[in-house]
Amino acid sequence: MGRESIIRAAREIYDDLDFQRVRDWLSQKPGTKAVGYLPVYAPRELIHACGLLPVGIHGGGDRVEIIKGDAFYQSYICHLPRSVVELGQSGRLDMLSGMLFPSTCDVIRNLSGMWKMLYPDQYVRYIDVPQIATPEIAIPFWEGELRHLLNDLAKLSGHHPSEDELRASLGLYNEVRAALRELYELRRTRPWDVPTEELYLLMRAGESIPPEDFLAMIQSYFRAIDDEPNRPRDNSRVIVVGSFCEQPPLGLIKTIERAGCYVVDDDFLIGNRFLTEDVELSGDPLSCLAESFVRDAVATSVIYEADPHGKRSEIKDKVDAAGADGVIFAAASFCDPALLDRPMLRTGAEAHDIPCIAFKFSENSGQFQQFREQAGTFSDSIKLWGGA
Amino acid sequence: MAETSAAKDRSMILQKQMIANHYRQLENAPETGDPVVYTFVPGNMNELVRSFGALPVLPEINALQSGMRQKSGDYIAEAERAGHSEDVCTYVKCDIGMIKAGNISPTGTRLPKPDLLLLSYTGCYTFMKWFELLREEYDCPTVFFHVPYQGDGTIEAEHRDYMMRQLREEVIPALEKATGRRYDEDRLREYLTLSAQAEDDLVAVLQSAKNRPSPIDAYFGAVYYVGPIFSSFRGTPEGVEYYRALREEVEARVAAGQGPMTPVGQLDDEKYRLVVEGPPNWTSFREFWSMFASEGANVVASTYTKVGGTYDFGFRHDPEDPLGTLADYCGGCYTNINLPGRVDMLVDYIREYEADGFVINSVKSCNSFSAGQLMMLREVEKRAGVPGAFIESDLVDPRYFSAANIKNRLESYLQMIDARRMGASA
Ligand code: SF4
Ligand code: SF4
Repeated sequence: MGRESIIRAAREIYDDLDFQRVRDWLSQKPGTKAVGYLPVYAPRELIHACGLLPVGIHGGGDRVEIIKGDAFYQSYICHLPRSVVELGQSGRLDMLSGMLFPSTCDVIRNLSGMWKMLYPDQYVRYIDVPQIATPEIAIPFWEGELRHLLNDLAKLSGHHPSEDELRASLGLYNEVRAALRELYELRRTRPWDVPTEELYLLMRAGESIPPEDFLAMIQSYFRAIDDEPNRPRDNSRVIVVGSFCEQPPLGLIKTIERAGCYVVDDDFLIGNRFLTEDVELSGDPLSCLAESFVRDAVATSVIYEADPHGKRSEIKDKVDAAGADGVIFAAASFCDPALLDRPMLRTGAEAHDIPCIAFKFSENSGQFQQFREQAGTFSDSIKLWGGA
Repeated sequence: MAETSAAKDRSMILQKQMIANHYRQLENAPETGDPVVYTFVPGNMNELVRSFGALPVLPEINALQSGMRQKSGDYIAEAERAGHSEDVCTYVKCDIGMIKAGNISPTGTRLPKPDLLLLSYTGCYTFMKWFELLREEYDCPTVFFHVPYQGDGTIEAEHRDYMMRQLREEVIPALEKATGRRYDEDRLREYLTLSAQAEDDLVAVLQSAKNRPSPIDAYFGAVYYVGPIFSSFRGTPEGVEYYRALREEVEARVAAGQGPMTPVGQLDDEKYRLVVEGPPNWTSFREFWSMFASEGANVVASTYTKVGGTYDFGFRHDPEDPLGTLADYCGGCYTNINLPGRVDMLVDYIREYEADGFVINSVKSCNSFSAGQLMMLREVEKRAGVPGAFIESDLVDPRYFSAANIKNRLESYLQMIDARRMGASA
């Protein structure tokens, strides 16, 4: 398959807010169920191991008209939960048998309670990830949470996975993350060959199809970009920080690159690569998964930073790793985690003379002119005056 | 009458003295060597902090006091100039602005630097960021205490164990290190015993609102009543004395059939009994209260007065189980309760306190409180069978208090209650 057809397929999945692919999967496998999860981190391995289809619910973006959702949220709350409610209230999520609400922020936390009231027949669980760094305490806690979740999901699916099945799912998601690492690495080294729009669409597709299919899709993309290389441009190299939950509209991602910035790292959909190392496969699967979270979670705003110097060095580390020239802080309006973190991260970046710009977006932003100008000027100034 | 107001004066005088002493002690801490621990109101473990001889600083209390004293607007502006977003909690920005302006407390005394930031992560995500931000300012040790949320409506046994383990293995060692003192469980038990005494009296005060007329305003008035127990004085002899005095004064008001004192005078003619959800606005606090009181609307129960601890459903600090009881306390703070639980609580209050309706004051700052309140409004209306009103303001950002809008909203709401009454009696 060529690049274009792969991306077309991914875009179709991304565009389809009726989740037809999920519905098809369910109808092809009678008796199976699908379980949704909100951003940022949910242990999809467990959903998969129970024979359920994990489905990432990342809002309606700029593709859904909010009719009922606004009646649930005040104007000063971010956009994501109202579009999620809209999807739910309009029946677009009625193929889901359960929903997981990770401890990303108080908005998603409270949405878990709303969901319980709105959909009393659905399985709903708030996923409280450990926030402390001490492995001896954090790992048993998280392992207990995972066990609880696994038992619930097993009940929901009617299938309690064996240790080997669990291990197989852990291994599969190791492969998925390895493929994503490779994708990011390719973009880092050849950003002209991996436009962020394409990378993003692939990852979004991966949120609604089985991980096995996603792996195949990524592998065919790798082959396609080798077969159809693009020509490099004289762009600056930036990382985008702060878009880990509510997602920027695709138009905004395109705008950044078209304005002359290669995005060489980002935190879009960060939950799909939250664990930075492979999960150990030799021990008890749940304790291995728990340990991996506690030891290898990515640095992000939704997890407590135990290292007192962590916030100051975070951007420098990311910029260095990506070989970037600058940072674009792009947070959803009213996003507590991203916006409360921003002053700390920015101070750290500026202490290392890393050029930064910052803006806010909403998943349904429709005007990109202002972003284009900001990103364009930023890119020009980096090229003129040099980056970090 | 004279006797009652004298009793009232006594509790107010006591509270004033307690607060003034506390801020003086804090100011003198660099000289006296008293260790200083910053922690939050929900999930504050004052008994534990005090058992190490440390003085607590509650940054939300400073922020709300700054709001009441009209200082918060400048502090927030200062923080926003320093790069803090206009979208986030104004308590945090008020605090950061206050630090940047020299860290002078709302009472005019200087606040000491923390020896430890005790980040009790109880019911609010912003807490995590707030202390990460303060750590940048003070470069001091921080200990994180993770209180699992009541996602399924209960404090699960393994969550309790997890909290106790953190207390034993993280929090207590951090306190030992910061204060240079050993953990003394007997001392902690003594403080917990005092806590339970004060809690009994506080509950009696809050439940006095079941009387008609209610002798207290359980929101605007009660924020003063919960002040000591939500902050530095739970588990202290001063706290016990305060609540004893307050209870006596309130019982005297009940005996005399008196309503609460409000900014517009004593409210004996209670026309409307309301329940309120959400924190108050602090920058126009008296004006806000007056809007209710001048219409004869009295608040008989509120959820905000449970953010620093929920006692009216039976929980008391238990000296027999010192660490377990701290875990239970933290887990039960209002913002740690899930939305269905919050709806239950409001419905329960409306019934128990025979309220005519309820008001949600939705504050822009606080996602912990506000996200989901529109749905709560509909659920509570449906289940309790009374109408609700939804008003919007902010905690300490004066830009978000629109007096005319709020007044209009409240007046038309009360008219609706009148109309329903007439309909019912017709
Ligand atoms: S966008 Fe930010 S505030 Fe909104 S739900 Fe996501 S993390 Fe929470
Ligand atoms: S978000 Fe709400 S609970 Fe959290 S600090 Fe601000 S006012 Fe307090």
